[in-house]
Amino acid sequence: MEPASGIMLDHNHRLSLREFPYIIRWRDDRCKRCGKCTAVCPVKAIEPTVKVQRIIQSEGTVPSPTASRKITHIVEQVTDMERHCTGCGTCTLVCPNEAIEPEYNPQHKFYHYKNKGGEPLKRGGRRNDPSVSTLDKLKFTRISMLTDPALDAGRHEFRIRTLLGRILPPEELPLKMEDGKLVVDKSSGKFIPPVREIFPIMIGSMSIGALSPPAWEGFAMGVAYLNEVEGIPVVMASGEGGMSPRLLRSKYLKYFILQIASGYFGWDEIIHALPHMVEDPAAIEIKYGQGAKPGDGGLLMAQKVLKLIASIRGVPQFVDLASPPTHQTKYSIEEAVAKMIQSMSMAWGFRVPVYPKISGTKTARAVLNNLARNPYAAALSIDGEDGGTGAAYNVSMDKMGHPIASNIRDCYLDLVRQGKQSELPLIAAGGVAKKGNLAANAAALIMLGASAVSIGKYIMQAATDCFGDEYNRCNLCNTGKCPRGITTQDPKLYRRLDPDRVAERVVETFKAADVELKKIFAPMGRSTELPIGMSDGLSIEDEAMAKRLEINYAC
Amino acid sequence: MCRLAAITSDKYFSPMENILALETMKEGHDGSGLGLTLKDLGGEFEEFKGFPIMSGICSKEGIGVLDEFMDKHGFKIKHVWTPKIKKVKGVISRDYYFARAYDYPEHYKNKSIQEKEDILMNTRLALRKLGEPDESIFVFSFYPDVITIKEVGDPLQLAEFFSLDKDGIRAKIVFAQGRQNTNYAIYLYACHPFFIQGYCSMTNGENTAFVPIKEFLMSRGFPGYIGYNSDSEVFTHILHYSVSRLNFPLHYYKDVITPLKPTEIEQRKDKEALNLMKQSLRPLCIDGPNMIIGFTPDGACFMVHDSKKLRPGVVGGIKGKYALMSEECGLDRAIPKRDKDKDIFPMKYDMVVIAPQAKEIKVWNQLQG
Ligand code: SF4
Ligand code: SF4
Repeated sequence: MEPASGIMLDHNHRLSLREFPYIIRWRDDRCKRCGKCTAVCPVKAIEPTVKVQRIIQSEGTVPSPTASRKITHIVEQVTDMERHCTGCGTCTLVCPNEAIEPEYNPQHKFYHYKNKGGEPLKRGGRRNDPSVSTLDKLKFTRISMLTDPALDAGRHEFRIRTLLGRILPPEELPLKMEDGKLVVDKSSGKFIPPVREIFPIMIGSMSIGALSPPAWEGFAMGVAYLNEVEGIPVVMASGEGGMSPRLLRSKYLKYFILQIASGYFGWDEIIHALPHMVEDPAAIEIKYGQGAKPGDGGLLMAQKVLKLIASIRGVPQFVDLASPPTHQTKYSIEEAVAKMIQSMSMAWGFRVPVYPKISGTKTARAVLNNLARNPYAAALSIDGEDGGTGAAYNVSMDKMGHPIASNIRDCYLDLVRQGKQSELPLIAAGGVAKKGNLAANAAALIMLGASAVSIGKYIMQAATDCFGDEYNRCNLCNTGKCPRGITTQDPKLYRRLDPDRVAERVVETFKAADVELKKIFAPMGRSTELPIGMSDGLSIEDEAMAKRLEINYAC
Repeated sequence: MCRLAAITSDKYFSPMENILALETMKEGHDGSGLGLTLKDLGGEFEEFKGFPIMSGICSKEGIGVLDEFMDKHGFKIKHVWTPKIKKVKGVISRDYYFARAYDYPEHYKNKSIQEKEDILMNTRLALRKLGEPDESIFVFSFYPDVITIKEVGDPLQLAEFFSLDKDGIRAKIVFAQGRQNTNYAIYLYACHPFFIQGYCSMTNGENTAFVPIKEFLMSRGFPGYIGYNSDSEVFTHILHYSVSRLNFPLHYYKDVITPLKPTEIEQRKDKEALNLMKQSLRPLCIDGPNMIIGFTPDGACFMVHDSKKLRPGVVGGIKGKYALMSEECGLDRAIPKRDKDKDIFPMKYDMVVIAPQAKEIKVWNQLQG
């Protein structure tokens, strides 16, 4: 048989649509050929094309079929993996006639082909694992009934607050008696670490470069409103890449946690702003790892490094900004990490809590124990495998990392064994509200031992309408082509996002979570303090998990 | 909800007064137990003031083990009191109820109070450990001038069972609790009042913050913070921890268990200290409905509530004799001849403290400090 040279007569050499993660369902009868869908598609997965159609027609009273050929315009999905449909659904949104829709294809072979040129798949988003997380399996089963009357979430007073900062053990408080009253003994010289009282759900690190200006601004405005108007002290972390110089010099800085990561992006600007700061930041977070992509550093693709970002980060425009996976100066936890914590503390005169953030890992307890011995470490943030990111290798996202539930529990119980459970707050992140149950997941983590939880991708979904999900939907965050205008620096795209609306949604989300937390704590008879480590309130319908988490098994 | 009856007086009185007060509140306890703690003892124990008294219950085998243990550790019996047991329907008698005054081992006689307190507590804990698996030994307290009696049954029937009405046993402070069992099995170590190194308390509520508090106390490295068969035992240990371990004046107990809100703390003169305390002692903040009655080693008695006052409590009396009760009918029974207008129904910020020897009564308000 002769090899086909040049032209191939059929399409047998191409990938079939069955290999693709999303298949476009296009309805000829509804489409009015306006072209909006093909124009809006961020990956050019669909294109207008012409086809010849054979039409059989019969007119008159007796059947007299005649065949005719007609050229028609259709919308076709391309079979090029580089332009695979991401299922974002933007085409559906712009279609005036509901003629087009992507459909998830569970049998896809996407990963078999996404390594062109030997380059592994990189993407944004989160772990593609739609299964129910442990957090969603946890139930609150200690309901106060009659012997201890339940509280009323609407009537009773609740204090849904937590502490961020190193807490002195009661035995070491520098107190003395004066006229029958306790006073702080200033002469003792004892260092009293800074502590903030905050809402136990915080917004985790998402950088100004990863997010578009309206997205970041929207979050920031929402946070400021929550603090100043609603009286809910929510704090938000900057992510790596600094903050706008104006915000750094404003009174709102106190609601933000400044993150320093391995690339130190943005810190030139921060250091320069230091003498002009009118408020201290809420805290400093030193990022050693990110739960969504252990082993990957920060990555801001060149296409997102536009003027504003370049100036905040102090870099030229249009260059890839990769932060190393690890801090290059890190030699050992005892020295480098301690030094980093100390230098950061010193920069703000020891008035600001400084804490490290690590990826969820089996070795978290080793880090924890080290920090427990360091009197300047203000907390430990552990970011579990279900977290989100703007850009990473798919393998890092899908296969690396540790689930947060058992990681937090182990760390908490370790602190309990040392009697330090109230001294070093644990912040849990990674997969909180994966299925939308923000307050329930947060409460569960708190009862497992977390002092606070941190959310990222959930708030992106809830407040900025991010399309992404655990079926690899959209996840174009790394490309600068975010169809929602959330993770792009392209004004044509980000004008789709209204920062005021984002702020409004942030406020709504936190207000609702505040009420829901009360609805969880009230029937459990808890109102005065956050039920950190109240493990008797939790159960799970899985014996092995119950044993592992040292909680009740209920079925 | 359990019923509580505490009386403090400058004269010795019989615990029957408490039991009769409990009887008036009968609808509130289900006969699942009576706990009595007597402090500042009169009657036959008056002459043994300085000697530690061990109170408990043993089986026939248990008493042998106990004797051997005490002997081995150099404690010599000075005096033994055993109640005259009268068969009463509904009360199952155990083998041996006792309160025994001991003399310290020779090498402990000149030790400091703290060292003595520690040896007494450790002895009690060791005996508890020995006797708990087969329930052959229960030791409720081992401390000078304090007796504890606990048994399952209706308080009045138990008083008859122990012949308390005929016994000459007397004290200046008596705490009594009529139990309404809300734990699952009736267990003597779960019965109030709880006692540790001179500190005692009893409660009529539920403690929803039990697990984190328990874990915090147990992680303090103090051997006495164990047990916790009842979620209310932590209240006693928090009292001991705040006053004895941390050396806080008594009224700070209120600030530990029900800390003020930040805006309220701002009004207090000691706000700096309070803020630090609130942070460091956050795990000891109680929750759930509770009224707590307690005493301290010097003989001061107090009453406090949870931060919402979800349980009742009343204090009243005359100079020289005051009663702290969960219900007013109990107070009427204990001290009928008093000026009722002066009865105190402490509110959520109040801590009522009665000075030793029932000399005076003071309401300390947490807001004012
Ligand atoms: S769903 Fe999104 S990626 Fe797929 S064709 Fe429509 S617009 Fe393009
Ligand atoms: S909508 Fe934007 S932020 Fe969300 S997954 Fe798509 S590209 Fe990423």
